[in-house]
Amino acid sequence: MGINLHNISKQFGQFIALDAINLAIPEGELVALLGPSGCGKTTLLRIIAGLEHADQGEVFLKGENVTHQSIKNRQIGFVFQHYALFRHMTVFDNIAFGLRVKPKKLRPTPAQLREKVHSLLQLVQLDWLHDRFPDQLSGGQRQRIALARALAVEPSVLLLDEPFGALDASVRKDLRLWLRHLHHELNVTSIFVTHDQEEAMEVASQIVVLNHGKIEQKGTPSEIYDHPQTDFVSRFIGQTNVFSLQDNESNWLDATGITFEGAKGIVAHVRPHHIMVEKRDDAAHTDIFLKDWQHLGATIRLELNRQLPNGKASTIYAEMPSEKFRELALTKGDRVALHITHAHWFN
Amino acid sequence: MTAVNSKPTSLTLTDATWVRATLVGITVLTVGLFLVLPLATVLLEAFAKGWATYFDSLMQPDALAAMRLTLLVAAITVPLTTVFGVSAAWAIARFDFRGKNILLTFIDLPFSVSPVIAGLIYVLIFGAQGWLGPWLAQHDIKVIFAVPGIVLATLFVTFPFVARELIPLMQEIGHEEEEAALSLGASGWQTFFKVTLPNVKWGLLYGVLLCNARAMGEFGAVSVVSGHIRGLTNTLPLHIEVSYNEYDFVGAFASASLLAGLAVLTLLLKTFLEWKLKQDVKASRQAAIE
Repeated sequence: MGINLHNISKQFGQFIALDAINLAIPEGELVALLGPSGCGKTTLLRIIAGLEHADQGEVFLKGENVTHQSIKNRQIGFVFQHYALFRHMTVFDNIAFGLRVKPKKLRPTPAQLREKVHSLLQLVQLDWLHDRFPDQLSGGQRQRIALARALAVEPSVLLLDEPFGALDASVRKDLRLWLRHLHHELNVTSIFVTHDQEEAMEVASQIVVLNHGKIEQKGTPSEIYDHPQTDFVSRFIGQTNVFSLQDNESNWLDATGITFEGAKGIVAHVRPHHIMVEKRDDAAHTDIFLKDWQHLGATIRLELNRQLPNGKASTIYAEMPSEKFRELALTKGDRVALHITHAHWFN
Repeated sequence: MTAVNSKPTSLTLTDATWVRATLVGITVLTVGLFLVLPLATVLLEAFAKGWATYFDSLMQPDALAAMRLTLLVAAITVPLTTVFGVSAAWAIARFDFRGKNILLTFIDLPFSVSPVIAGLIYVLIFGAQGWLGPWLAQHDIKVIFAVPGIVLATLFVTFPFVARELIPLMQEIGHEEEEAALSLGASGWQTFFKVTLPNVKWGLLYGVLLCNARAMGEFGAVSVVSGHIRGLTNTLPLHIEVSYNEYDFVGAFASASLLAGLAVLTLLLKTFLEWKLKQDVKASRQAAIE
């Protein structure tokens, strides 16, 4: 087992950051800790690292109980959101730091050290920057150097705190894929913290969704997306329409062909791409209008308005391939009928 | 003015010429009258009877003793204040604890208390009529009217310099680089010497410099505890006063010229350190923004 957490709890004053977390992460996985800000994900990461101590519970790394060990002896690599490169050292010295502070017996010779640092620089494809200082690098370069520095000590676990949080959108996209490939290459058990569900889906092999200091769900990206186990996960991952049967929505929902069979609750969560839209001219059948639409590349997002008895309108989002949208030839204000193919039910 | 200059015109440029002239005039006059003129007088008086007399008066045993004592006091107080300053700054910038604000207020105390009172405090504690006076007399330990008292009084007034300089700097730089060093397997001392200290070195030197200037130039607090024993408990500032009171003008001003020289040197170094420090702070702000 790579990382094992038993019953981890942490409180800051009255605020409960983590509430009895149990988690097992197998060797070699790339796991995302995903959740809104304040959900406790960074605290959990810092507890695994040893930068923070849990009020109760135990941390096991590779089967060894490290709860009472300091960060220095845990053999972890930690990558910070704001890189935390040593500002007065060159890139080379930054990466060499972990090797140079080793006890004399374990310290590599200068030649070995040079070779190791250059091989790491090649791994992150920045060998040409070895004599620069951190403030001469771009954000993306700094984060890659920070990663190389963490890898220099050959950590058994790699922990990354919002590693792309401070980067431009385009750089972030590149780095995400790059990190995934790098993980394939190195296969070191890694956990990264993020609040961006898209990032978690794209990079991680396993996602752990946290909310209010508790684990909501753990699984592969497709499990999380296709089978959300809680109301929170369904709302947090991807877009979803929420219909409550209590609000007298069952009548019109009936007409959409939604199946109530196996419904575990009274609230239906429907993904936009599970709503099929048909053009209808006869006013009798529907009170749903097309209000607007947005191009999202290959798909179109439709913004639909449903007239409520009290005169107000509720918004429903549907998505379809842009080709199909062209075929339908819809314009603003058109009446449409909906067909719902799949829903998740919650209480 | 052509429209090519896209820089917004600063406010000072729009003020009327006479306003500018008056303000600049007042400033120059004040600086000249109260700073340059006295400094020039010191040098003029010191060299009034020529180089030979100047050096003679500096080479007198009492003057030499005063110099030695001043250097000794600085050599003891500056390292102590530095160690204290670094540990206080570390504690305050890195940990949250009860009474942190009270501690900060206490560190500032020597800035707000008159130095004379600082000296008196020690007389009241260690003096012959003081709390510990009888006990000290029994054990034949001299604090007041001796070197230990001078060191204590100087420590009191120079106490906040290093800490006050480092606390905001360390708070600005933050904790992350130290955490990174620890995660890479560095020990606490390695982290301190390889990461923390290099990051705050200009601020630290700045504090040490100001502390040193104050330690060598302190008059009030030292005057109370010293007893003005020539050749024994006179520091340079006290030696200057004694010489002047005894109508040894050349001697007084010659010694004063040494302190003036120290001041000028301090000023130059200070400007350099301030420039370095500003670069450091700018870099950490930039890092924080990105």
